[in-house]
Amino acid sequence: MNQTVGGVAITPELLIFGGVAGAAALCAIGVVAFNNAIRSALCLVVNFFLLAFLYFTLNAEMLGITQVVVYTGAIMVLFLFVIMLLNLGAPNLLVEKKDPKKYLGILLGCGMFVLLGSQLLPELLKINAPTLSPELARFGGPEAIGRSLFTAYVYPFEAVSVLLLIGIVGSILLAKRRI
Amino acid sequence: MNGVPLGAYIGLSLFMFTTGVVGVIIRRNPIVIFMCIELMLNSVNLTFLTFARYQMASKPDDRIAMQNSMMAGQMMVIFVMAVAAAEVAVGLGIIMAIYRLRDSVDIDELNLLRG
Repeated sequence: MNQTVGGVAITPELLIFGGVAGAAALCAIGVVAFNNAIRSALCLVVNFFLLAFLYFTLNAEMLGITQVVVYTGAIMVLFLFVIMLLNLGAPNLLVEKKDPKKYLGILLGCGMFVLLGSQLLPELLKINAPTLSPELARFGGPEAIGRSLFTAYVYPFEAVSVLLLIGIVGSILLAKRRI
Repeated sequence: MNGVPLGAYIGLSLFMFTTGVVGVIIRRNPIVIFMCIELMLNSVNLTFLTFARYQMASKPDDRIAMQNSMMAGQMMVIFVMAVAAAEVAVGLGIIMAIYRLRDSVDIDELNLLRG
C-alpha cells in the first residue's frame, strides 16, 4: 500500500517525476538569475532536455525527439552563436542595476503563481493518468503524427510552411546591409 | 507514467511560465528576454501534452474521440515549435540589426519609439 501525502499517493513514478521536475525548475530559475548570458543559455539547454524526458513520460515520443532536435539542437545553437558574436557573455557588459522595479516584478510573479496555483492545483492533484490500451499508446509515434499532419491538419501545416518561408526572407532582409 | 497526478505536471508548467514572465520583466539583456519567452512557450507545450494524455479519461468508450483529442494536443505543440523557430530567427536578426546601429543592446536605453 502506498503512502499518501495530502491525498496524493507517493508512487515510484511520482518520485522520478519529482526529481526531473525539480531539476527543470532549478534550471528555469537559473535562466533568469544568472548574470552571464552564456550560463543562462546552458541552463535553458538542460531545461529543454529534461522537458524532452517529461514528453517521453507522457507517451509523446516523437515530440520528445523533436524537442531535442529543434530546441536544444537548432534554437539554442542560434542563441549561443548570437551571444558569442555580440560578445554578450562578458558579465560586466550589461550589469543589472538595483532597481525597485525588479522587486516589484518578482512580487508580481509570485502573486501570479500563488493565485493560479491555489485555484488550479488542489483540484488537478486528484486526477490520475488513465491507463492506455496498447493501440492508444502508439499515438505519440512518428506514424500517427505523420498521418494526422497530412490528413486532418494539412491546412495549418501548409500555413506553417508559408510562415517559415516569410521568416527566412525576413531574417535575410534584416541581416543584409544592402540588398 | 500512471502514478503522477495531473496537478504535478500543471504545477511544473505554471512554475516555468511564472519564471519566464518574471525574467521578461526584470532582465535588461534582450537575448535573456528571448530565452525567457522560449521558456514560456515550452511550459505551454508541456501543458498541451499533459492534457492530451490525461483528457482521455473523460470518454473512455469513444475510441475515435480519444484519438482525436490526443492528436490535437500534439499537433498544437508541433505548430508552436515551428512558430518559435521562425520567431527566434527573426528576433535574433532584429537584435543584430540594433547592435549594428547602436553598438549596445541594453533594453533600457532603446527609446527610439518614444518620439
